[in-house]
Amino acid sequence: MTKGAGIELELENVCVWFGEGDTRVDAVIDASLSVKKGGSFGLVGESGSGKSTVLRAITGLAPDWSGKITVLGEVLGETRTSNFYSKVQMVFQDPYASLHPRQTIDHVLSESLHLHSFPDPDKRIVKILDDVGLSQSFRFRYPHQLSGGQRQRVAIARALVIEPEILLLDEPTSALDVSVQAEILNLLTDLQAERSLTYLMVSHDLAVVGHMCSEIAVMNQGEIVELLDVKDMRSLKANHPYTQQLLEASVQRRRVG
Amino acid sequence: MTHLLEVKNLSVNFPTRNGVVEAVRNISFSLGKERLGIVGESGSGKSITGRAILRLIKKPGILTADYIKLEGQDLLKLSEREMRGVRGHKISMVMQDPKFSLNPVMRIGDQICEAYQLHARVSRKEAVKKTIEMLEAVLIRDPERVFKAYPHEMSGGMGQRIMIAMMLIPDPQILIADEPTSALDVTVQKEVLEIMDKLVRERGMGLIFISHDLNVVSAFCDRVLIMYAGRIVETCRADKLSEAKHPYTQGLLKSMPQLERRVDRLEILQRDEAWRTAPSISGIVDVEQA
Repeated sequence: MTKGAGIELELENVCVWFGEGDTRVDAVIDASLSVKKGGSFGLVGESGSGKSTVLRAITGLAPDWSGKITVLGEVLGETRTSNFYSKVQMVFQDPYASLHPRQTIDHVLSESLHLHSFPDPDKRIVKILDDVGLSQSFRFRYPHQLSGGQRQRVAIARALVIEPEILLLDEPTSALDVSVQAEILNLLTDLQAERSLTYLMVSHDLAVVGHMCSEIAVMNQGEIVELLDVKDMRSLKANHPYTQQLLEASVQRRRVG
Repeated sequence: MTHLLEVKNLSVNFPTRNGVVEAVRNISFSLGKERLGIVGESGSGKSITGRAILRLIKKPGILTADYIKLEGQDLLKLSEREMRGVRGHKISMVMQDPKFSLNPVMRIGDQICEAYQLHARVSRKEAVKKTIEMLEAVLIRDPERVFKAYPHEMSGGMGQRIMIAMMLIPDPQILIADEPTSALDVTVQKEVLEIMDKLVRERGMGLIFISHDLNVVSAFCDRVLIMYAGRIVETCRADKLSEAKHPYTQGLLKSMPQLERRVDRLEILQRDEAWRTAPSISGIVDVEQA
């Protein structure tokens, strides 16, 4: 893969492993992918396939990795700078676990702003709550006073309040009901259009990834087994047997009528 | 054919500081030798309904019903001691996450044997034999090894199969499965559902399948109850779920992204206050029809 113009995020031969010697587990093997500016890239696979680990390696949450990760033209080293975090933010799977239970929404958001020394926190908090579709009355509430969907909106607000360019989404809707999932997916689509964000999204749900992303990588046991276009996925055209199996399982599941 | 289970006007209330929360309000339904699905969003009362059948509502929750009849016998009239004979023996339940349902410090085989020996007077030797058979029935490839293993050595799909084995070993008449496959991957989900389906069919059991996933329910069940805010708002044949009439069911179906068809925006469910207050639809099927 050559470094073309407009590529915001690029992974080349990335390997991630845990443990050493006999207990070494290779979680990601030789993964390469690239995401264009303003694009959406989806990573699908079953649990244990290493899809979340890819995101964790990018954000510096995985300790041992090799290969080359380029974000906005900069090759990442051992540690991440605060400049990196001001450009790349992550939304986690479980909104119940990712917000501090004893901090108000206001506290969570202002901490983020403070860390990246943004001026005018008050105005920004008012605006971001508006943008993610939460009323101002939520500002001084605690996470336990919110529903799952509202919490996920807060998690998205927390990521977006410092105006990043890349958003890493780790199963952002898998803990939510379908009706709430639709709201969050629409919100993510709108925000992407407004702020020309770049998404790298991980999900086990092919329909969700198909809805959000234009390019998809299928992972199995740590390896990217197939890269495919969303059009091919929708018409169930897959070359790798594992992808076919996944597609079949998701289509069969909704044998409605 | 008579109903295995008949529930009439079941309500479950939880008194709180801010007034009474009506988790389930006046619902009635019946279960024959069929696969009955209960779907709804979180908080719609579907899991509480499953627990209420086994009278597993913890205080301060209040359970009321005209009756909950298991083959003509009213479960509400039984003592707590007699109720223990029903749980597991006649009606058993599989929960969502096998990690929290299995005892982490006990070998899997011993746990299943224990479940069996509690309900059947058999020797340890016989229990072990039956346990191995049961593990084979849920398609575990190496039952002897699994018998000696601890729950943490098992994957989610294996764990859920073990739960199913454990719940079916006393040969209950009814199995209540509360989101049994929600924590599993799609391909594993399919396997577990197929195993459950086969066993339930072979044994002529009734199955109550509680899930938030409309796709799974419509593909797997015979009949569906759709719950909203503690009420049954609609009941229909599972394969006719896509033709559901109620705006809530339609809204749920429409809000799901489809793999083969691209839409720019997903439809958002518009909730109507009237759904909350409208009376429940009865889920009782006439015996003549069934």
